[in-house]
Amino acid sequence: MISNDMGMFLIFLSAMIVNNILLIRFIALCSFFGISNSMQSSIGMGMAVIFVMVMATTVSWLVYHYLLVPLDLLYLRTASFILTIATFVQLEEMFIRKTFPVLYRALGIYLPLIVVNCAVLAAAFLVIDYNLSLAKSLVYTLGVGAGYFVAIVMFAGIRERINLAPIPKSFQGYPITFITASLMSLAFLGFKGLFGL
Amino acid sequence: MMSIIVPILVLGLLGVAFAIFLSVSFKKLAVQVDPKVESIMAVLPMANCGACGFAGCLGFAEAVAALKADPAGCIAGGPSVAEKVGQVLGTEVEAKEEMLAFVACQVGRRGAKTKYEYEGVANCQAAAILFGGDRLCAWGCLGLDSCVTVCPFDAIHVNAEGLAVVDRQKCRACRKCVAACPRHLIYMVPKLQQVLVACTNHERGKKAKEVCPLACTACRICEKNCPESCIPVSDNLAVIDFKKCTQCGTCVEKCPQKSIVNLAKVQAVSEVAFSGPRR
Repeated sequence: MISNDMGMFLIFLSAMIVNNILLIRFIALCSFFGISNSMQSSIGMGMAVIFVMVMATTVSWLVYHYLLVPLDLLYLRTASFILTIATFVQLEEMFIRKTFPVLYRALGIYLPLIVVNCAVLAAAFLVIDYNLSLAKSLVYTLGVGAGYFVAIVMFAGIRERINLAPIPKSFQGYPITFITASLMSLAFLGFKGLFGL
Repeated sequence: MMSIIVPILVLGLLGVAFAIFLSVSFKKLAVQVDPKVESIMAVLPMANCGACGFAGCLGFAEAVAALKADPAGCIAGGPSVAEKVGQVLGTEVEAKEEMLAFVACQVGRRGAKTKYEYEGVANCQAAAILFGGDRLCAWGCLGLDSCVTVCPFDAIHVNAEGLAVVDRQKCRACRKCVAACPRHLIYMVPKLQQVLVACTNHERGKKAKEVCPLACTACRICEKNCPESCIPVSDNLAVIDFKKCTQCGTCVEKCPQKSIVNLAKVQAVSEVAFSGPRR
């Protein structure tokens, strides 16, 4: 379990590898399968998720601890977090459109889809559940985002190879993709118990 | 009462604060879109058919605005759209020859001889997988709507005879049906070309005749009689050279199998099938 007593580095590693959001927790699988067919867009999506996640978690942490807790409105957690995430996805969409038009076109529909990307909401919830301080929440979210990035980029690399491989007809497309994902997940299970986490 | 008002206020204020923040950043991060792209988009058919080779109408409009694509490249729009795109760009645009899809078969699945009774999925691809389709003619139209479902312009229909027929008024030449047909019997013809070979059977004479009363038997009568010698028979099928053809109609008259049609003389191709000899 992750707690406030752990060091920054351990929290980061735990979030990124041991409890990888995609391969161990199985959160945000839709984008994992949807966008991982090209390396370029996976990198873009990974970056976008890291950015949104860190921003959204910071603000939602503040909202939770300085607005919801004092007013005793803990049940508004989901609604207010989704509001926060939606805002930051919008912001990021504008930002990417302004600065990286190519990335904006490559991400296409997936950028607005981060609004409903469960990984972002999950990260915001988990830091509350683990009762982390603001600094540690930031590190934790960065770790979750990095874990997402690493997993989706590795998966995209494998999928690019799969496209060229002689796959039996009945396994072509999503079947082999699902099998690959499950094998990756098994490999990541090997990290369980690492650092005594 | 407070337990209702407070949450409403909190969420409402949160929403307002975020909205203000977003609108400020929207001003700061505004992107200047090329106005040409929008005005080109306005004249395009917006069917996103992809016949131009770009990902949808937006991709085409951006490419044209950046002068990276031929302004007359919108195949579905034809010359009228090409002209409008030219007006937006302020240049003369040379329109391409208009093409239409044509189904090169005259006998629908109702009238055709069959190998077996097909009761599977109503889809030509599925039928074609099962022993090459239920029709005795390995080239004939299966009439199971595969082309109909892909058409973004509602321009191809399967008639009562069970034969796919292109609505020449609605067809915008996007080639989706050409790609969808497992029999490869839909192909693009110039819009003005009325004389067409309505068969794709590559079998030799006797065999072709056995499977279909209207099949091209490669008898070469059309080839010999054509005054422009523009209808060579190759691979047991008559093929019209559209560049040379003057549409005199000689081949239509001479064809003993009635497998060459003149669309100007017949309302619909299917009517030929009805009047044609049937065994």
